[in-house]
Amino acid sequence: MSVLNGVSYGLLLFMLSAGLTLIFSMMGVLNFAHASFYMLGAYFAYQFSAWSNFWVGLLFAPIVVALLGGLFERFLLRKTHKFGHVPELLVTFGLSFVILEIVQLIWGRTSVDYPIPAAMSGSLFKVFDSTFQTYRGFMMLVAILMLVALYWVIKRTRIGLAIQAALTHPETTEALGHNVPRVFALVFAGGCALAGLAGVIGGNAFITEPGMAQSVGAIIFVVIVVGGMGSLAGALIASILIGLLQTFAVGLDWSFAGAFTTLGLAVTPETFGYPLWKLKLSQVAPILPFLLLVVMLVVRPKGIMGTRDE
Amino acid sequence: MLYRDYKPEVGKEARLKFAVKALAVGVVAGIAMVSGASAQNVKIAFIEGLSGPFGGVGQNQLKHFQYAAERFSGKNANSSVTVEIVPLDSKGSPQEALALLKKATDDGIRFVSQGNGSNVAGVLIDAINKHNERNPGKEVVFLNYAAIDPDFTNSKCSPWHFRFDAGVDMKIEGLTNYMKDQKDIKNVYVIGQNYSFGQQVSKFTADMLAKKRPDIKIVGNELHPLGQVKDFAPYVQKIMAANADTVVTGNWGPDLVLLIRAANAAGFKGNFYTFYAGVIGTPTAIGAAGADRVRMVSYWHPNTAQNEIESVYTGFKQKFNEEFYTVAAVNAVRFLVASVEKAKSTEAVPVARAMAGMKMKGASGEDIEMRASDGALQQAMYIAQWTKAGGKDVKFDQEGTGHGFKTVRYLMPQQNTMPTTCKMPKR
Repeated sequence: MSVLNGVSYGLLLFMLSAGLTLIFSMMGVLNFAHASFYMLGAYFAYQFSAWSNFWVGLLFAPIVVALLGGLFERFLLRKTHKFGHVPELLVTFGLSFVILEIVQLIWGRTSVDYPIPAAMSGSLFKVFDSTFQTYRGFMMLVAILMLVALYWVIKRTRIGLAIQAALTHPETTEALGHNVPRVFALVFAGGCALAGLAGVIGGNAFITEPGMAQSVGAIIFVVIVVGGMGSLAGALIASILIGLLQTFAVGLDWSFAGAFTTLGLAVTPETFGYPLWKLKLSQVAPILPFLLLVVMLVVRPKGIMGTRDE
Repeated sequence: MLYRDYKPEVGKEARLKFAVKALAVGVVAGIAMVSGASAQNVKIAFIEGLSGPFGGVGQNQLKHFQYAAERFSGKNANSSVTVEIVPLDSKGSPQEALALLKKATDDGIRFVSQGNGSNVAGVLIDAINKHNERNPGKEVVFLNYAAIDPDFTNSKCSPWHFRFDAGVDMKIEGLTNYMKDQKDIKNVYVIGQNYSFGQQVSKFTADMLAKKRPDIKIVGNELHPLGQVKDFAPYVQKIMAANADTVVTGNWGPDLVLLIRAANAAGFKGNFYTFYAGVIGTPTAIGAAGADRVRMVSYWHPNTAQNEIESVYTGFKQKFNEEFYTVAAVNAVRFLVASVEKAKSTEAVPVARAMAGMKMKGASGEDIEMRASDGALQQAMYIAQWTKAGGKDVKFDQEGTGHGFKTVRYLMPQQNTMPTTCKMPKR
């Protein structure tokens, strides 16, 4: 059960970080506003489902997010591109604040009621006493479909071919008659659409509120660094790893105090440093991904599947 | 010579300016006295997280205060005292709250209210103690409507702090007295937010259950980060793996909403004993799945047998289309208005002296008293159960769920009296 919960959470993280790592590997742009596009996806989906139903949101919210992403690339990012990486980074950083404020202006500063569709709030199957919610299964299904589709587009279609060509030989590709800037805009929009899709799926599974971008923003950077910058497969492995790590850590009550006791050392509230020793693994679960990030940077800076050798 | 007695020589020009100002103030005050007889305006700086993870709760409670000020002060209440609420957004952070306290005192506001988060309340109490010591004549009084760390009325008690909610000790006393009689409780799991309040809940629950029902096993005592967890599924798995039939939690706002939602999704069948099941958004999350399984300890709920403020409840719902539940906001405004009337002053010191020991009728018609020895309001308590609406017990449902709270136990104020270790300094 914990495995399923961990994997479904991990797959959601993957949906989120796939777009980010895609944009980074293709365009070399570290998009700080990526989590904001995730939030936009959730809010658009909420709005669409308030107007009609969840399925309309699932279809159209990512498209609207993609359009916004495309427009941002065309009119802002492309202009700052020629000044180098730092201005690019700063403009996406600025955008994340702009999106946050706009969301708060339109939908308010508090969470909105974006429910799971009734058809999927039931249970899919039972393991012992606990049920596995249908919606979690749906989350996993969407993530896997997305992974397959992404792979197929990049490796097996003409668009994918053009994208790959533009990546390594932009001038040759242009000479062959492809509109390279448009290819990049497409990639950026596509990456944003993936974030939007994750928002549609994650917004109602958890909570849709203005703080949601900030709360996942840090963790997706952990995913792409641990997985290896720009590697889709690495992002997949890292997301599932982090999902499982967090889920299992919550379930474990290990602590230093317990370890000492097993070793035959008595630990009482009077022992020096007791507040530290009594900390349970379950209590520090939320910081484990960041610990993993630090360890990864020290041990293997290029990440699990990273290809860069600098 | 002490620093506070050190007054540098004032230049001639400054003295002249001061004289002009003093004259102007005198004239204005004179006019005010002649024209307004004794109309008094009091501002409450409402320092609360109005955005961020707990922003929804803060916004809703701000409405409670505004509505209470409208109903229980000024013309509508036939009082010469008018209360005005000044909202200040602390984003739930103690640092921001301190900065806002400074702003409020600089603006001449003498009454401060806050409630969401004992971590924030703790630093406000410290800061107000220091401020009052350093600025005689400009003292500030803290009207705490929901931060219920019992230390505030015991070891850290302050003459400037008045609490209108019931302390953790009082609530758990009532809750465990009820649980004591529930023979089917065997395995209890305590889960809470990792900060002063959540830690107190976990400590008091374990201690009091051990005394009252030693046969009950505490199968888990969990603390999770405050307002950070989005996916409670692993926690629910742990609760179910521990074979718990009962969960006690002090969680509030999104932390309770997400916990109950995850429990419903995983098909958890045990009972919940909560503090804040009535807070905005939570009734919707509990829904029909929680019927007869979720209980709450509180000082009021909409379906109390004798409900003196039913019109406030219905009026609030009509105006904002949200549930009214923070009676502490009403009590804070009522006590402030009565204290200002009694003290015939809007200054903090005489008002605090008037408020200490003040008695009134509470929302259920019971006698409530602001105990002078620790600044804790002595009031009635209810254990209420989430039940299908209809019939005489559950007149009002919550958030359109078709379910509401039914009293399963009523505790009179004298039954809830807790001892205090407070040695109250002079007000």
